[in-house]
Amino acid sequence: MTSIAHPELEGLGTYEYGWADPDQAGASARRGLNEEVVRDISAKKAEPEWMRDLRLKALKLFDKKPMPAWGADLSGIDFDNIKYFVRSTEKQATSWEELPEDIKNTYDRLGIPEAEKQRLVAGVAAQYESEVVYHQIREDLEQQGVIFLDTDTALKEHPELFQEYFGTVIPAGDNKFAALNTAVWSGGSFIYVPKNVHVEIPLQAYFRINTENMGQFERTLIIVDEGAYVHYVEGCTAPIYKTDSLHSAVVEIIVKKNARCRYTTIQNWSNNVFNLVTKRAVAYEGATMEWIDGNIGSQVTMKYPAVYLMGEHAKGETLSIAFAGEGQHQDTGSKMVHCAPNTSSTIISKSVARGGGRASYRGLVQVQEGASHSKSTVKCDALLIDTVSRSDTYPYVDVREDDVEMGHEATVSKVSEDQLFYLMSRGLDEDEAMAMIVRGFVEPIARELPMEYALELNRLIELQMEGAVG
Amino acid sequence: MTKFEIRGLRADVLIGAEERQEILKGVDLTINSGETHAIMGPNGSGKSTLAYAIAGHPKYEITDGEVLLDGENVLEMGVDERARAGLFLAMQYPVEVPGVSMSNFLRSAVTAVRGEAPKLRAFSKELQEAMKGLSIDPSFAARGVNEGFSGGEKKRHEILQLELLKPKVAILDETDSGLDVDALKVVSEGINRARATGEIGVMLITHYTRILNYVKPDFVHVFAHGQVAESGGPELAEVLEAEGYERFVKAGA
Repeated sequence: MTSIAHPELEGLGTYEYGWADPDQAGASARRGLNEEVVRDISAKKAEPEWMRDLRLKALKLFDKKPMPAWGADLSGIDFDNIKYFVRSTEKQATSWEELPEDIKNTYDRLGIPEAEKQRLVAGVAAQYESEVVYHQIREDLEQQGVIFLDTDTALKEHPELFQEYFGTVIPAGDNKFAALNTAVWSGGSFIYVPKNVHVEIPLQAYFRINTENMGQFERTLIIVDEGAYVHYVEGCTAPIYKTDSLHSAVVEIIVKKNARCRYTTIQNWSNNVFNLVTKRAVAYEGATMEWIDGNIGSQVTMKYPAVYLMGEHAKGETLSIAFAGEGQHQDTGSKMVHCAPNTSSTIISKSVARGGGRASYRGLVQVQEGASHSKSTVKCDALLIDTVSRSDTYPYVDVREDDVEMGHEATVSKVSEDQLFYLMSRGLDEDEAMAMIVRGFVEPIARELPMEYALELNRLIELQMEGAVG
Repeated sequence: MTKFEIRGLRADVLIGAEERQEILKGVDLTINSGETHAIMGPNGSGKSTLAYAIAGHPKYEITDGEVLLDGENVLEMGVDERARAGLFLAMQYPVEVPGVSMSNFLRSAVTAVRGEAPKLRAFSKELQEAMKGLSIDPSFAARGVNEGFSGGEKKRHEILQLELLKPKVAILDETDSGLDVDALKVVSEGINRARATGEIGVMLITHYTRILNYVKPDFVHVFAHGQVAESGGPELAEVLEAEGYERFVKAGA
């Protein structure tokens, strides 16, 4: 234990979802992006004109916008080499049996049909490449008026909701990757929960990239009407390829008066995926928005789920956890914007870095003029497993009102020799001891996850810690 | 029947990259199961170093000698292997492991040491009884390991582990320090329950004779300047109580 550097640690070796399935659709898909590609996507989806025009406008914005000059190194992204649209099946399935064999096998191996069978979820969506290939929602919810559809279908069936809400929380020109998503978006989830309806068990979506150099650009829009509640859970994986893929999603959420929305993500992309996601919610009077954001995989992640607190007594909360292993940079955090009096926000961020990985917390708390009596608490804890890994904290605070309460706390700790010694002196081997310390560190967040995700997280920690210590 | 032998043990404390200092200067001691040996000595004599060096703390490096548990050289084992071989160290300052519940920790430790996971219900019952014996509130099982525990609570928790892990050799490092009379009694009863099996050898490290009123030693050793300076029966403790350690401090100076 005198050497706390653990060079033999290899995150890639432990990635379990790295297999690739046969890839006919992906092989024939074209690379690169221009107006023709965007028109083609829109035509294939037989979209209304306004959506096509919005896409084209967004493409122009994408071309104009500079790459972010801050955050992680994005120089590895080659926009000309990416496949922007891959259609893997002609028809969406409503039972797992209907899916093409290879896709069905993928979801079997990921355990998704099993979860549905056991009624752990109220609805399931599975997106494979660019489009949602499977969709199901429990009948009782449908009868209560809950809409849970893939975004493409929802656009056809509920154009009025799209005209009203699409692109209102995150406009096309918000940032370069939001523009890109708006230009080429495909798939994603659409949820509408009517007034006072509580969806007690989570709706779940599963995202899978199979094609090499694929770009996945799902678009999610969630509207929680007054007094309603929904919990949406998404998981993400991809095969391991030599060259990179891009995942650039946009998630817009509207939480109306006294409603509550919880959005849980466990992102476990393989280590060749650039994961650049814009997630933002608006919370109206008395509403609560909770982001639970787990970033375990990917090469680079830049993601800062945001809540705009628009009405009095609105609440925003982000619990985030990031693991950065060898070759990984997790640049994650949260953004809370207080626009009304008596609003409150909490950000709790935990990160674990090992094997030379880098975990950065980047967050903004903004209190606008007039948002008096607002409260905000930010707490960031970083745990370093060895001496070659890195942790940074970039907390930005912008307060334009006098009467507010702000708290900020940040800690960086190392796994101590004494903790390891203590656990090992009770018979636990070094890997077990390390995993136990890390599990304890993330426990405050793990306990907020649905049971099967908490177990999955624990299992991932154990895998990541195997051979983590020398 | 277990035989625990410390032979000619020398050890350095590692202070920095270049700096080290010899603390143990040839320790010889044999403990058989069923025996309790009190190791007494002035502050800074190397008592705790002896405990941690035997357990394998990375801050200490053994430079000579051997430690045998039934003939097996403990020093060639990793820290965790020593524990699984039957060695236990009750620490003076056990560390906090935040977020890990006591019950999870104890069950993991018991699983590791016994070589198989105990049946959940049987273990739960065993744990509850052991906690009751040490007057530990049942709510402790859900708390983080040593998290926010008082000194006395930490000590009780160490003895709880002693009772659950049932080692062949237990080294108790100043388990009596910082305990009031009531807590000392409770902790001593725990140690005596573990001793009652007759299958454990105990090395009881202490500065004061107070705990020896509750945990009766078979042998008393005076530790000074990194060595056993004098050995005797329980009567030696009485001499120390009357005369202090002065004689031994001077002798080696």
